[in-house]
Amino acid sequence: MEDALVKNNFITEGHPAPAKNLVLWRPTAKTGLMSWLTTVDHKRIGFLYGISGLFFFLVGGVEALLIRLQLAVPNNDLLTAQQYNRMFTMHGTTMIFLAVMPLFSGFFNFIMPLQIGARDVAFPRLNAFSYWVFLVGAIIINLGWFMKDGPPNGGWFGYAPLTTKAFIPGHSIDMWVMGLQLLGVASIAASLNFIVTIINLRAPGMTMMRLPVFTWMTLFTAFLIVLAFPAITIALVELMMDRLFGTNFFEVSNGGLPILWQHLFWVFGHPEVYILILPAMGVISEIIPTFARKPLFGYPIVVFSGASIGFLGFAVWSHHMFTTGLGTMATAAFSLATMAIAVPTGVKIFNWIGTLWGGHLKMRTPMMFALGFLWLFMIGGFSGIMHAAAPADAQQHDSYFVIAHFHYVLIGGSLFGILAGIHYWFPLMFGRKVSEFWGKLSFWVIFIGFNTTFFPMHFLGLNGMPRRTFTYDSNMGWNDGNLIATIGALILGIGVAIYFSVMIYTYFKGERVGRDTWDARTLEWSLPCPPPEYNFAVIPTVHERDAWWYEKHHQAEIEKEKAAHAKAEDAHGGIHMPFQSIYPILASAGLLVAAIGISVIDANPAPGIHLKLGLVLVGFAVMFVGIYLWSLEGVEGYHIHPDPEKDHAGSPTQEAHK
Amino acid sequence: MSSTATATIDHHHDPSTTTGIPNKKLLMWTFLASDCMFFGCLISTHLIYRLHPPPGNPSPREFFNPPLTSFSTFILLMSSLLMALAVNAIQRGNVRSMRHMLLGTIFFGCIFLTCQVYEFTDFVMDKHMTITNCILGSTFFTLTGTHGCHVAIGVLWLTLMYIRSFQPADASTNRLWFGRTLLHIAGFIAAIGLTMYLVLDFVHMAQAGTLSGYLGKDALAIAGAIIAYVGLNLLTRTRGAVDFGEANAIDVESMGLYWHFVDIVWIVIFTVVYLLEYI
Repeated sequence: MEDALVKNNFITEGHPAPAKNLVLWRPTAKTGLMSWLTTVDHKRIGFLYGISGLFFFLVGGVEALLIRLQLAVPNNDLLTAQQYNRMFTMHGTTMIFLAVMPLFSGFFNFIMPLQIGARDVAFPRLNAFSYWVFLVGAIIINLGWFMKDGPPNGGWFGYAPLTTKAFIPGHSIDMWVMGLQLLGVASIAASLNFIVTIINLRAPGMTMMRLPVFTWMTLFTAFLIVLAFPAITIALVELMMDRLFGTNFFEVSNGGLPILWQHLFWVFGHPEVYILILPAMGVISEIIPTFARKPLFGYPIVVFSGASIGFLGFAVWSHHMFTTGLGTMATAAFSLATMAIAVPTGVKIFNWIGTLWGGHLKMRTPMMFALGFLWLFMIGGFSGIMHAAAPADAQQHDSYFVIAHFHYVLIGGSLFGILAGIHYWFPLMFGRKVSEFWGKLSFWVIFIGFNTTFFPMHFLGLNGMPRRTFTYDSNMGWNDGNLIATIGALILGIGVAIYFSVMIYTYFKGERVGRDTWDARTLEWSLPCPPPEYNFAVIPTVHERDAWWYEKHHQAEIEKEKAAHAKAEDAHGGIHMPFQSIYPILASAGLLVAAIGISVIDANPAPGIHLKLGLVLVGFAVMFVGIYLWSLEGVEGYHIHPDPEKDHAGSPTQEAHK
Repeated sequence: MSSTATATIDHHHDPSTTTGIPNKKLLMWTFLASDCMFFGCLISTHLIYRLHPPPGNPSPREFFNPPLTSFSTFILLMSSLLMALAVNAIQRGNVRSMRHMLLGTIFFGCIFLTCQVYEFTDFVMDKHMTITNCILGSTFFTLTGTHGCHVAIGVLWLTLMYIRSFQPADASTNRLWFGRTLLHIAGFIAAIGLTMYLVLDFVHMAQAGTLSGYLGKDALAIAGAIIAYVGLNLLTRTRGAVDFGEANAIDVESMGLYWHFVDIVWIVIFTVVYLLEYI
């Protein structure tokens, strides 16, 4: 037994050189394709999420532009009704699940461990698995573009029984169901990882009430994902059982209830709204104090507001269903809860304004996007409260007013948060800074384009234009509004194009910057830009809420402390790094095969072999082998000793240009 | 690395984490919270359709077999006791005792699964309630089937943990050991599969009154099962120190949390799906 106790998991010396065992092969490539496929570094995984998210953001944007072009003039025939259905389904699904969520997941991965003074997430290989499963889900959802059945056309909400086999035969909905199911697996796995990381991997002195607000919002978002996604998982399981095995969950002739889908979907769907907005609030809460040169006003209130938004987010789902006839009591209760959730949201807005008040505002591009967020999100919030009143909602339901509302929240809120965050952390990620002129130009074009697109939709909605119609007659009074909205969408498209062209240019040719570009307050800025693989040469000790600000103003004390810690850590063998692993991507590849078997292949047994069942079994076998070998290879790693002269973390005077 | 870490491990406090809770345990707790919502939605679906039965929906009382389900429930709960004993054993560093308790847990889990297979066969073949012909069938089979999958995954996990506890401490024999592991897994699949088949066939033939032909019909399966059991027994005869001990207690404990959770879910299902029909 003693052997097991003293067993050392780590090879103590030198660079990674694990024994190349046939069975448990550990890849060692540090550059090239293999290094990305097998990486367990949270920063690289963050980039993978970010790049995938940006790609799907552009795809979703093109879909949006096609929708707007179709609606530019009455009785347009750019798209057929069927193509239009596919466009709005894929636009919604793509933007929510394949663009905004992975982009925030990228930030969680890259920034959160740096903010709490950790060297990685708690389960690095699980983190890689989350990304690859996300990618598999994204592939499955988009397979329809390349197939005869076409992409899904049942709306991002997938209302059953519309999505059952009787109304939409073929495989497009099967792919949608399977893809979302996999995205759920990926999101839950990633969130479990983030929760454990934030609770258990904080640096010494980093108490919960010293966590940066972005990290707090990561934690709340992760809890929302973990508790809300099972509802859509079950809804999708039931729909899949109906479609594949002929069960009766949504088969009305056998007693199935369409309202059940709506409840299950929105029990997930409303927390999902907060999954999309809370991280943006976290980003804003980092940017505003940095550029207002003040600590965040009312930090505990901001944190508790986030918690109450997350909590109340589970009690308001039926406000998506006011017109289904829930009964007076339920409608009143959900109406009240929905109004109540505006309170913590409003409290946050006032806290941000309080932070700005009396600050020395530095109007850099991230700050511009953050202030844009404040204005636009407030407008989205106001129309949200209008929906909370059930009688008013009955009028606005399924009209363009709703479209205007949630685009103000999701673009003006979530997307502006993302755009602000990219600008803010770009120097940290790549060691280069975007030019202020081009950054601000892209902000103004996006800001103007966005408002031109979506503000007229309020009027269109109140004038009765319904959602999800592919065209309209010219005598309805909707012509001007739609034309303006389409022009706005093109401006918005140009703005986004400027934004990303500038980003690409900056990545290659931008101005190089050193550590702590913005003179910021949180720990991620104590690192060289870009941070080394091991993040912190010495794990920091946190003395105050704005930990890096404190370090900058107590340099002598911190120097002494770091030197002592560095010595102690070196005596314990140096910095532990986990080995890379091939198994997360192998297990995900198995899932891809199985998911194709479930969702794409016809069930009719071909003569000879049963292709569908065969693919599913092979896929799950590969996944099983991947996970089994993954667990057998263990948590081994190697140790490195960073040169203290070259990288003296903690000293803001020393810039490490790399 | 120093070899001073010979003191026993404090299983209730992990000094390497901020809170002292081991990461794996925290991960499992959070996952189980997620799984609560998962089963909560499935059970809700069943209860909602129970309150809104369409005309002609069969009454569950026509199908259910309370003595059988009570028996399998009892067995599943007792498996939790064995699981707890396995965790206790490995926390004391007693690998041998842990193996016995794991085998017991696997055995009880398989009894539960066998009862469920019998029950499903009975409902579909004899009582003609399928997953497609009524809403009760849809919700019942989906709910209990999902739970059954959880139990089956648990049995798989227990089996793999049991096999893992034979990994030799001498890493140079790893490749040989991996070959043995594959044999070991194959042995378990054969033993469990054949035994479940033999027991179910015995029961079905006894009910049909054709038991006299049992030995003749199933001779091959019986021989296969015996070979599998002998093989499993031989595979456990290893010498030398193993790379499994008190340090792995957290792995066994996380697995135990999962197993207990699956049992608790069954307590809820047994109450609201079965017992509720008899109030």
